Amino acid sequence: MTALPDKTERKMGLVIDLDTCVGCHACVVSCKGWNTENYGAPLSDQQPYGADPSGTFLNRVHSYEITPDDGGAAQLVHFPKSCLHCEDAPCVTVCPTGASFKRAEDGIVLVNESDCIGCGLCAWACPYGAREQDAAEGVMKKCTLCVDRIYNENLPQEDRVPACVRTCPAKARHFGDLGDPDSDVSRLVAERGGFDLMPEQGTKPVNKYLPPRPRDSLQSAETEAQETWLEPVAGEAKGFIAWLDRALEKL
Amino acid sequence: MKHHEPQIDTSPEVSDEVRKTTCYMCACRCGINVHMKDGKVAYIEGNRDHPVNRGVLCAKGSAGIMQVNAPSRLRAPLKRVGPRGSGQFEEISWEEALEIATDWLGRIRKDDPKRLAFFTGRDQSQSFTSFWAQNYGTPNYAAHGGFCSVNMAAAGIYTMGGAFWEFGQPDWEHTRLFMIFGVAEDHDSNPIKMGIARLKERGARIIGVNPVRSGYNAVADDWVGITPGTDGLFILSLIHCLIKAGRIDLDYLARYTNAPFLVNRDSTSPDYGMFLRDAVGTPQVIDRVTGRLAPFDRPGVRPDLSAIHREGHITHKPVMHLIAARYLSKDYAPEAVAERCGVPAERIRAIAAELARVAFEEEIELDRQWTDFRGETHQTMRGRPVSFHAMRGISAHSNGFQTARALHVLQILLGSVEVPGGFRFKPPYPKPVSAHPTPHSKATPDSPLDGPHLGFPRGPEDLALDDDGNPARIDKAFSWENPLSAHGMMHMVISNAHAGDPYPIDTLFLYMANMAWNSSMSTNRVMEMLTDTDENGDYVIPRIIYSDAYSSEMVAYADLVLPDTTYLERHDCISLLDRPISEADAAADAIRWPVVEPDRDVRGFQSVLIDLANRLGLPGFVDEAGAPLYTDYADYITRHERKPGIGPLAGWRMGRMGLTHGRGAPNPKQLQSYIANGGFFVKHIPPEAAYMKPWNRAYQDWAVGMGIYDSPQPYVFDIYSETMRRFQRAAEGHGEHQPPDHLRERLKTVMDPLPIWYAPLEHDSVDGDEYPLHALTQRPMAMYHSWGTQNAWLRQIHGENPLYLPTRVWQAHGFAEGDWARVSSAHGAMVVPVAHMAALNPNTVWTWNAIGKRKGAWALSDDAPEATRGFLLNHLIHELLPEKGDGLRWANSDPVTGQAAWFDLRVKIEKVAAPAQSQPAFEPINSPVGKGPDELRWKVGK
Repeated sequence: MTALPDKTERKMGLVIDLDTCVGCHACVVSCKGWNTENYGAPLSDQQPYGADPSGTFLNRVHSYEITPDDGGAAQLVHFPKSCLHCEDAPCVTVCPTGASFKRAEDGIVLVNESDCIGCGLCAWACPYGAREQDAAEGVMKKCTLCVDRIYNENLPQEDRVPACVRTCPAKARHFGDLGDPDSDVSRLVAERGGFDLMPEQGTKPVNKYLPPRPRDSLQSAETEAQETWLEPVAGEAKGFIAWLDRALEKL
Repeated sequence: MKHHEPQIDTSPEVSDEVRKTTCYMCACRCGINVHMKDGKVAYIEGNRDHPVNRGVLCAKGSAGIMQVNAPSRLRAPLKRVGPRGSGQFEEISWEEALEIATDWLGRIRKDDPKRLAFFTGRDQSQSFTSFWAQNYGTPNYAAHGGFCSVNMAAAGIYTMGGAFWEFGQPDWEHTRLFMIFGVAEDHDSNPIKMGIARLKERGARIIGVNPVRSGYNAVADDWVGITPGTDGLFILSLIHCLIKAGRIDLDYLARYTNAPFLVNRDSTSPDYGMFLRDAVGTPQVIDRVTGRLAPFDRPGVRPDLSAIHREGHITHKPVMHLIAARYLSKDYAPEAVAERCGVPAERIRAIAAELARVAFEEEIELDRQWTDFRGETHQTMRGRPVSFHAMRGISAHSNGFQTARALHVLQILLGSVEVPGGFRFKPPYPKPVSAHPTPHSKATPDSPLDGPHLGFPRGPEDLALDDDGNPARIDKAFSWENPLSAHGMMHMVISNAHAGDPYPIDTLFLYMANMAWNSSMSTNRVMEMLTDTDENGDYVIPRIIYSDAYSSEMVAYADLVLPDTTYLERHDCISLLDRPISEADAAADAIRWPVVEPDRDVRGFQSVLIDLANRLGLPGFVDEAGAPLYTDYADYITRHERKPGIGPLAGWRMGRMGLTHGRGAPNPKQLQSYIANGGFFVKHIPPEAAYMKPWNRAYQDWAVGMGIYDSPQPYVFDIYSETMRRFQRAAEGHGEHQPPDHLRERLKTVMDPLPIWYAPLEHDSVDGDEYPLHALTQRPMAMYHSWGTQNAWLRQIHGENPLYLPTRVWQAHGFAEGDWARVSSAHGAMVVPVAHMAALNPNTVWTWNAIGKRKGAWALSDDAPEATRGFLLNHLIHELLPEKGDGLRWANSDPVTGQAAWFDLRVKIEKVAAPAQSQPAFEPINSPVGKGPDELRWKVGK
């Protein structure tokens, strides 16, 4: 069994905006590209051109339909999911070899692939299904929060963010220290009512999700304010031209 | 156990080198940083400096690495050795391939150049390919716009001198209300997502109008799940509400549109419906200052929207009167349209009220002085922060042109085009119709065509007809059947060539167009046409040359295959002469360059065309002695001048005092300058010229300096289209150019000079009770056409495409997860997997575009889900309408532009037992490239 650090200096993580995510999978593929080429073994693909292609991905987007209780129109929510870098990460404590660990410095949960025996206990322990065993390498893969980007002195400062954050066209992904209440991401969580995914699991996830804003409010022009914008100046063309003459005088 | 951490390297080397070029995983043309390791592509990310994507990149772009290593890539030129469609080829040398092509093309050019039909698909080099075709001399050239979105483009050009996407964009920094119609998940891709993000940051409202609530419509604040084909009716109802309430921008309409132009209203006059013009042909208005007639553009004139003018016995009324008379009609009241649109009347009113409120209550002013074309100086730029965007969903209907025009008129009535907060043009747009060419189609043996193929007719005299009045082009573009077909009609080429209507051809030459599969209507019939033989056993379409980089379905039907490179291995230019990458605040163009060399015997298609031109001795490509002017495409990009000082690329040209931009002599080191600058060039528009562009002297002068215009081209927007009236007038029997009688009534209706709505043509010709459902396709964000399916990463995201059914249909038929259905149209039937979707118009079914694949294509295994469960809706869509018993072939196209009416499709559905695979199923084709590997562990670095 593997110990978690008593506490972490920072709680680096992602804030994912479900109001804005258009479900384009840009983050999924950017992650696949970076992490195939970088930290640890490549993310392999089995039957890449065959009947049942399946590869290792550290980040996937799922889509869910929600039908409001009030009879309003159904909505589609895109839901990107990757490791949430939990404070009480069960995937670490369950690891028999110490391969899974949480960094004291920034809270990132990583797998030391050279110590990983591929037993799969961590994937079983994770309530979010955020770990994937690479079929070719036989080791557990997971989101590294691009630990090899965010401090990388070979990258310009502005690029020292996870690949998924850098690439997101809809700005639905934000990266920062959720342990610092004054950080941009913490403020965003406070302003928008950010929430924990499945808090009842008790893993204290660091990543947060921002809820979709209310939809479909524009149903009728019943209020007085709205009606004033549609008050007729004329019912027919002749009356309209008379109004037009008067209106033009004022121009 | 004590906490323990290994040391890890948090600063590894990222790459040996970054090469910056332009993406081609879809049509957006984003800038990309290609990270190289050991001479190979290691990682692709967005270029932060690039005007299109500013650093972000979509799933397709990031998966480009899997396109270069794709097993479907062709390896060498191919000569067919088996029957057409079998996929049996032998690899031949380039010399042999080019000799064959030169022999075929040379003979046709000498005898009858129109017997070559040269059509390019998603071609980003149209100014080059059209130049080649023009100098070859065939009238039969176009790219894929006719089956994509010509309605949107042509309606925009004819109404306001530009349209959406490549022509313009919302003012993301100022707009407060953004409304999208028929926008699926592309066109454009990253810029729309970035814009939506910006609007959400700014708290602006987004309204999505689309039968399907996915993608952008899923994140919109309000979703209008409209019934397909009724967007025009919905828009005209919004116009009705706004006019009735006087919530239109009268000052804007008087100054910047033809709403004050005087129209002849005497039905007995030969000029009925035409503008009153002065001796030099300038349309006349009543000047409110003097109360007298004046040319609309005279300095100091304040056009009157209301005053009637009588001259002789003839009454002339301003266009504004016609607008009021038309749209105040109760026919467009919300209550009258609600049921057909599938949108409650009170919701239409709520949206109209919100448009009015934002446009007029939230009016904004930028503190920028500017001077208009009449010479009046304005202290500020006033804006109405309402903007619109629309694409295929409204374009791909047979009423799409008029619907797109209705949308453009709506934004013009609100005064929101080219103002702060509204819709803004991107250079080289705005550009009036008068600055575009007219179509040309006169072919002469051994000679170039008499002018550019594609253009914008001003009247019946500009149609592409032969001396007998028959269509001059194989696709019948610019004929009475579809007079304003500005992008050609690629979807009709194979059908017409097979039918010999209007004439047979000798060689079909295609580039990047998967016509034997997802780029044709009625795919199964197209495959038959391509393989059909005459009584002598010869193919009805005698010869087919095809260029593609990949083993697509179309490859199997070619006699000669010219293998192209991937986008990372070639030179290209994204030119201001063509489909540019400009932004509203800047003119921009870009290049591709070989960031890696091909590892096989393939060549960039444009360089191959230059080689062919040199062998054929085409004017424009060889000098008077017959010596080649250009060695390859890179050389052409650098040295070609369309007119003195204007070349394919605007950046880093040679001026008298050194390097310059815009106009200038060719610079032999130009491509190096582009590469050093990240692969693109951008020139910002001065702030005082950045809005009100069609009327702004500062913009007009800037555009002349850049070489966009030769002289200032100010113009006003055409709410009333006199061009359309000319065609309508001809249909009424006036003038020397007369349509055939069977088209008269239709032309009188559809060429209405003010926007109208009519039911999509297929809805009239099939029984709505028998086929009660609308059927659509949408393109997924993570996949672009067929190109994505060979991509090992992207096909794991979209590997199959169920037919999505709305709740009502799902329950009525008792469907359950995993079920299959037979889907039938008036043209055919198919059996496909179904899935439930609640966020969907209740009378609409839909699926993802171009996921389904033919067995044997794209180097996929025969049991790939794309080939066993995937399907194309195309099998149910005919390029012709059902026969009417008059012996005529009526195209399933917009009668104005010829746009393929993909989305008019009506179907019925029934539950059936699951078959072994999707139906129709076709015989596997032999793969000329083998199959892909069983596993990928792709890491090029150490």
